[in-house]
Amino acid sequence: MTAVATDIVPEIRPVRRGLTLPRLTGVELRKMLDTRAGFWLMASILITALLATGAVILFAPEEDLTYVSFATAIGFPMTVILPLIAVLSVTSEWSQRSGLTTFTLIPHRSRAVGAKALASLVVAVVSMLLAFTVGATGNVIGATVAGTDLVWDVSVVEGLSIVLGNVLGVAMGFALGMLIRSSPGAIVGCFVYAFIAPTLFGLLAASQEWFSDLQPWIDFHLTQTALFEGALSAQQWAHLGVAGVLWLVVPLLLGLRVVLRSEVT
Amino acid sequence: MIVVESLSKTYRGFTAVDDVTFSARPGRVTGFLGPNGAGKSTTMRIIVGLTQPSSGTATVSGRRFADHPNPGLEVGVLLDASAQHAGRTGREILTLAQQTMGLPSRRVSEALEVVSLTGSEADRRVGHYSLGMRQRLGLAVALIGHPGILILDEPANGLDPAGIRWMRDLLREFADAGGTVLLSSHLLHEIEIVADDIVVIVNGGIVAQGTKTDLLRTSGSVVRAHDLSRLENALSAGGVTATRSGDGALRVDADVDQVGALAFAAGVALSELRTADGAGLEEMFLELTADTQREGAAA
Repeated sequence: MTAVATDIVPEIRPVRRGLTLPRLTGVELRKMLDTRAGFWLMASILITALLATGAVILFAPEEDLTYVSFATAIGFPMTVILPLIAVLSVTSEWSQRSGLTTFTLIPHRSRAVGAKALASLVVAVVSMLLAFTVGATGNVIGATVAGTDLVWDVSVVEGLSIVLGNVLGVAMGFALGMLIRSSPGAIVGCFVYAFIAPTLFGLLAASQEWFSDLQPWIDFHLTQTALFEGALSAQQWAHLGVAGVLWLVVPLLLGLRVVLRSEVT
Repeated sequence: MIVVESLSKTYRGFTAVDDVTFSARPGRVTGFLGPNGAGKSTTMRIIVGLTQPSSGTATVSGRRFADHPNPGLEVGVLLDASAQHAGRTGREILTLAQQTMGLPSRRVSEALEVVSLTGSEADRRVGHYSLGMRQRLGLAVALIGHPGILILDEPANGLDPAGIRWMRDLLREFADAGGTVLLSSHLLHEIEIVADDIVVIVNGGIVAQGTKTDLLRTSGSVVRAHDLSRLENALSAGGVTATRSGDGALRVDADVDQVGALAFAAGVALSELRTADGAGLEEMFLELTADTQREGAAA
């Protein structure tokens, strides 16, 4: 045990370094990739981007072989996958109980949560850059194969709108993750937000006239997805801001409060 | 040094921890003993900042745990060895701790070596680990930052006898080198073997604390004689209470010197006389916890 003894003895301490945000963000990024579920979720971003590009080249009519077709086709799976990555980054600490170690090593939970938020943002932005690159490659290949002219019909503003739309989706997933703190629960929450709530709002707006005027102000998903179709008008920005308080800011604040105070078991 | 002062925690009217005060000193292993649900884990969670106390304070090396800039370098914590992502390998879990604390990467293999986890075990997913392997991994996570203090909740759970012995030796060495160890257990024998100081908690409150030697000293003696009733008379005449323990011996609330002298004066030949060491602490523990245990009536 002698060799072991020298190792466990409290010895001259190395220089103390605090828990810096860049380091913690790096750890959170690693945690998004180091499990099978996490790895395949990340890999699915690339896989679906390639599949979507291939599908556009194979099946889209020639006049539609433009950059926007590729961007849209790649963008859709991403709007589903990216929020899930944010969800799992938060909920796995509870569902897998690893939070006991995480929040002991990082007692100021806001710092751990900040690192997770930053890591989710990094993943979202890098994925979007990847998507734009894959889409651009697809556009070049598609135009070459079909012999059509290359059409770059996504402006910088439209590109940024798409990125913002996805970042908002990630923030939504993050908020749901913090509020629900259970992987299955929060994933269901994401699907309710993305698929069920819009349908219900749509039905309500179609049957009740008073609601159809109100809908854009309270249906965050409506305006969030409008970002994928191009730059917003001034009124749409107002819609996004008002509905965003209801659907994003309030859940984020409530979720943060719960995460900072709740018992980690 | 861990200092806990007047710590209380109430959950909606239920008092989990009730005015608890104790300290764990450097160079010593402090055993935190109590039946399940006595408040050991809650107290430890408050010490490491996972749970907020209703009142009172807990400091580690003079500061609240959360006020340490990088607490993993000061305090090694193992609260629940099963609380790890089942899909990560042991090595990955250690790597996450190493990177979080900003340690050199060689600490991962060093920590694995300290807890005797082999390379192939470390590369397996934790979901496939036995509880004993999880305890070893949890201890590796606690030790990776070279802390001077260890806080371990039921670390011997799931270890085989050899594992318990190994853990005991490791904690002994850690304390002998100047480290502070606070470990909890609901099993008396685990605590008794390794601890220098013992804190007994029942129903959220501390019912006994002190050095192991002190706590044992109060536990009296065990004495046997061929003529048991004459011995009993001699002892009660000397003002000492003695009870028959059922196996033909007497348990006496006095130390061996006094019992020996009384027996000698009465001319009773003894067939056995010894300090009621382990059994004494066990009796104390059973007595103190009698109210909370189902077996209480029988004991």
